[in-house]
Amino acid sequence: MNLIAVLIAGGGEGGHEALNQTHHWLLPETAEIIYGGLASVLVIGALVKFAGPVAKKAFAARTERIQNEIDSARDARAKAEGEASDIRKALGDINSERARLIADADAQASALLTEGRSRIAAEMADMEAKANADIDAATARGADELRAEISRLAALATERVVAASLDTNAQQSLVEGFISKVGA
Amino acid sequence: MSDARINSYAAALAEIASAEGVLGQVSAELQQIANAIDTNDQLRGKLTDEALPAIRRQAIVESLVGAKAHNVTVQIVSMIIGSGRGRDLAAIAKAISTKSATGSGKAFAEVRSAVALSDDQRARLSVALSKKLGKQLEVSVVVDPSIVGGIVATVGDEVIDGSVRSTLDQVKARF
Repeated sequence: MNLIAVLIAGGGEGGHEALNQTHHWLLPETAEIIYGGLASVLVIGALVKFAGPVAKKAFAARTERIQNEIDSARDARAKAEGEASDIRKALGDINSERARLIADADAQASALLTEGRSRIAAEMADMEAKANADIDAATARGADELRAEISRLAALATERVVAASLDTNAQQSLVEGFISKVGA
Repeated sequence: MSDARINSYAAALAEIASAEGVLGQVSAELQQIANAIDTNDQLRGKLTDEALPAIRRQAIVESLVGAKAHNVTVQIVSMIIGSGRGRDLAAIAKAISTKSATGSGKAFAEVRSAVALSDDQRARLSVALSKKLGKQLEVSVVVDPSIVGGIVATVGDEVIDGSVRSTLDQVKARF
């Protein structure tokens, strides 16, 4: 009697009796082993024959999908690494361009500073020369004006003195002198 | 005014004075009046002011010289001032004097003196100038205080300058 039969038989009063009738409490009967083994072989065979390809196909599809995902991930990683490389390269270019721009700006600022200093120096020199020329001209002009004013005042004083000294006798002397000179 | 126009005025006015038989007197009076106007800035300004009506300017002239000069002289000056030729009065007077002198076979001599000359001085000056220039002269003497002292004689283009003014100018130039 097999184990099931033993369990069924154990539910009643006669179970103990049935158990007592098997030749071994663990091993089934020989026929049962044969029939059970054959049935198991048939079931397993059927499973291998009918469910095996399906399972195999499912496993293959799953494997393929996983492989595709792995390939996609690899591609994505390669692409990301390429982009990272491009970004690093661009960053390097930006850094070098920034350095070049800063260097250019420094050079231009230095040139402007130099040019501005020289221009300011030249303008200061020109202004100083012009100021000196203006001072000299003003001095000369002042001297000329002073000389002219002195001359004017001297001439005016002379004229007034002469006019004041020309009394009637002097006027007559001038007239007589002219007549004598012309008639001589 | 152009020389041609001045000469035209002078010729016409000299003919009038000559017709009246007073050319010599008129030319002498014109010289004196022109000189008086020239040496008086205020009077010259009034008589040459175009904004002043001509009749007003003529009235000024007639009131100033009417009783002191020949009527022909007054009329001539009044006509010149009234026609707006006051600035040319001296030139016209000189041209009339020149014509007057030329008409009598003489050259006209304008003499400017700082003081009035006596008749004797005028005669001796006329003789001296005639002798020096070698021609008979009709001398017109004008008192011109601006020359300060002495005499300036002008005959045509020739000027004999014995004035104190010219001496002062030379001194001033040397300053």
